[in-house]
This record gives sequence, structure tokens and C-alpha cells, in this order.
Amino acid sequence: MPLRITNSTGEQPQAKRAWHGDLLFLLESLIMKDFRIRYRNMSLGLLWSLLNPLIMMGVLTFVFTKVFPNPNKQFPAFVLCGIVPFNFFTIGWGTGTSSIVDNASLVKRIPMPREIVPIAAVLSNCIHLVIQIILLLVCTLLFGGTLNIHWLWLPLLWLLEIIFVCGLALITASINVYIRDTRYVVESINTVMFWLVPIFYGFEVIPRSLVEFYQFNPVAALVLCLRNVLLQGTAPPVPTVMKLGFVAFSTLALGAFIFRKGKDAFYEHI
Amino acid sequence: MLIRDRLWNLFRPERHERFFALRDVSFSVGPGESLAVVGQNGAGKSTLLNLATQLCLPSEGTVRINGSVAALLELGAGFHGDLTGTENVKINAALLGLTRREVNQRLDSIVEFADIGDFIDEPLRTYSSGMRMRLAFSVAVNVDPDILIIDEVLGVGDQEFVGKCFEKIMEFRHAGKAILCVSHGLESLSILCDRAIWLDHGRVKRSGPIRQVLQAYSEASIAPAPTTAY
Repeated sequence: MPLRITNSTGEQPQAKRAWHGDLLFLLESLIMKDFRIRYRNMSLGLLWSLLNPLIMMGVLTFVFTKVFPNPNKQFPAFVLCGIVPFNFFTIGWGTGTSSIVDNASLVKRIPMPREIVPIAAVLSNCIHLVIQIILLLVCTLLFGGTLNIHWLWLPLLWLLEIIFVCGLALITASINVYIRDTRYVVESINTVMFWLVPIFYGFEVIPRSLVEFYQFNPVAALVLCLRNVLLQGTAPPVPTVMKLGFVAFSTLALGAFIFRKGKDAFYEHI
Repeated sequence: MLIRDRLWNLFRPERHERFFALRDVSFSVGPGESLAVVGQNGAGKSTLLNLATQLCLPSEGTVRINGSVAALLELGAGFHGDLTGTENVKINAALLGLTRREVNQRLDSIVEFADIGDFIDEPLRTYSSGMRMRLAFSVAVNVDPDILIIDEVLGVGDQEFVGKCFEKIMEFRHAGKAILCVSHGLESLSILCDRAIWLDHGRVKRSGPIRQVLQAYSEASIAPAPTTAY
């Protein structure tokens, strides 16, 4: 029997998911879809990915070298080390959070694994991320950083941030289905994070007692590691990378767990 | 209401009576069989199809599916107006479970079946609803599912295309696939299906050979004569 539905009252619910397909190909298709839709009707297209961090870098550099005098000659590169991870974090988390509700027609109509929707939303921002990372590297070289062996750490560091954001997106995307205010909470957190991530200040000025705490914030940890690698030319402190990895993977695990709990009733709520 | 009460309510399940969209509905569709589902609006037809596609899970009972499902539940679910026909076809096919190689192999036959000419490279927002339906239908049948689920979508096609779809659906039946069909177009149902169930307020009012069920249904309905399409 290809299809059998039985529903005698009181019988325990049972159903096996029946989607046979190519997950990676689907993921790629969804990422490219997001990306194409976003750029199809724009005249500046990908240039926006460069413009936004450049403007932020210019403004912050002006304020923190001209308004507040600052001896740091590398300040533009220094501040860009903060802006790029922060940008990816806010945009990735934001689009990920609203992804399930935004793609309601997809989620309600096609029996694919639903985890793929927030993950594709986060990953579709990776194309900007790559462009911005290239910008960051070029800037680093312009402002006196040098290519060194420790640059090999970079792929791992970025991978951990992406995993972290995917985890967060899974958590908030499923909560957002039930409580639509979630996306506004996420937006508010993002605003607060701009100040709590050491974007325009360094780790040296953070009170000693709080440094430990800061390092558990993966975005802050990534900023710290980037500055070590790109500006000081040293390896990132291993304990910090471990903490970053720990938080990233626990967030992903928690996200997978919460999403799994929540997804069965998505249909009734969107 | 106090903010405290509101917060408290957020975490408390609502206590109104549970509504069941379907009760005591059991059936199976074997290879080569084609089942029609009829009933008034709100009778539970769509819930039934959603269960069959596993978009929602039953709160009681079981759903067993042997094979892949392609559902035409809504015109081009997941289609996006800014993407071209070809791009939408590829994404839709990936969503329905095709691999990259299968998509590339079948793209030509999908485009050929839809038969919408040069529009295939235009953004979907320029399409008429009939063209969208053509595209959606030709993806779904070319995915070659083991179970095809059709929810009232043939209504917007022109006669020629509907004829082509009927042919394709018949081909499916002869190839031993199962078909589940919801429509208010009783005439097309009687051509496509050999069995029917009539749902009324979530319960099976009648089931059996297509002619008998449809006759009983149309006699009971206020509309006296069966109408084609909707």
C-alpha cells in the first residue's frame, strides 16, 4: 500500500517523515534563491556588501580618532575586525529568526526537512561574509598587518561563528513561530550587542573581572582572535578558541533540540 | 489585564475544547489506485491531504507512506515572482526531492510539458495563473512520485492542457502509482478516480465506488447538477 491512513479514536499518533531527496542540493538551491532574489532588482548589487562596512569603518574611525583622540595608527583595520563579525552576526541571526514565518508557503506546502530553512537563511549571508572578509584582509595589509602563518586559523574561526549563528537561528526561528515578538527581541539584542562586542574598543580596556565573561560571547571572542591574528600577528589564545568552539557547538545542539520540539506544530501556527 | 497575568498566560496552554478536523477516517490507497475525496468546505479534505503529505502530524492515529509524494496542494508553492521559470523549476524540483543530476536530466521534459514558450526565461510575476499552474503541474509529474496528490488545481488550465494532465495522470495509474484527488469538479473526478470518500464534518459519510459516492454527494448538495471545475 503506498498510502494508508488510519484514525480510530484514541490511537497513538504515528507517522514517518517521507522526504527522500538531496539535502545538499536543496540547501544550495535555497541559498542561491535567497541570494538571487536579494540582488535581482538592485542596481548596485554586491557593491552593497562592501559599502556598508566601509561606511561604518569611516564613521567609527572619524569619531574615535578625530573626536576622541586615539594613538592607534591601525584603527580602521582594528574597527573593521569588529564590524565584519558583528555584521554577519546581526544579519544572519535576524534573517534566520524570521525565516520560517517568511517562508510560510514553503513550510506549509512542502514536506522537506524544515531545519533547512533557517540554516539556508543564515548561509545565504555567507556570500557577503566572504566579500567582507576579503575587504578585511585587504584593509589589514593596507594598515600594516602582514601575511603570516597564523592566518591559517581564520577558516576555523569563521566556521565556528557560522555554526554559532546557525544554532541561534534555529532556536529563535522556532520560537518566532509561536511568539512573533521574538524577532523584535532579536533586533533589540543586536542593538545592545553593538556596544557589548568590543568593536570600537579593545580588550585591554575591559575590566579584568569581566574579561572571562566577554570571552564566552562568541562574537567578542572572534573579534579578539581576529585582532590577534591580523593585527598583532600572533596565534589566537587556545582557551579562547576552545570557548568559542564550545559555545558554538552547544548552541547548535540546543538549537537542533528546540527546533525538533517545535517543528511538529509549525503547521498550525503559521 | 495585568502584565503578570499576560506573561503567565503565555506559558499556559489554552483550555478551550479541542477541535478535531478529522475523526475516525481510515483508508488506504494501493498501487494503481486513485481515490477521490469530496465534501463541503471545511469538511476536512485539506487536512486529509496535509496528513498524506506529512505536512502536519496526526494527533491520533497513523499515516503510513510507502514511497515519495508529490503534492500539488497550491499553485507553485515555493515559487518566487522575481525568478525565471527555469530557476523556479529547479528550486521546486529540489524541494520535491530531486537530485542535481535528475533535475538536469528532466529539465527539458518539464519545460516541454509546461509548453509556455519563451516565457520560461521570464520572471514568474509576468505569468498568468494558468501558466503558473502549467509549470507547477509539469514539475510535479516529472518528479515521478509514487504518490501524486492533487488539490483542486486543474481548474485554471485550458481544455487542451487539462486533457494533457488527464492523460499523464492515467499514465501514472497504469504505472502503478497511487493518486489522491480533491476537487469540486465532480465530472473530472469521475474520469480520474475509481473510488471516492465523502467527508462530512470530519467524518466519512460514505465511501466506495466513485459513481455511487458522487451521486449520493451531489444529491445531498444544494447544487443539483455536478459542475465541471470550480
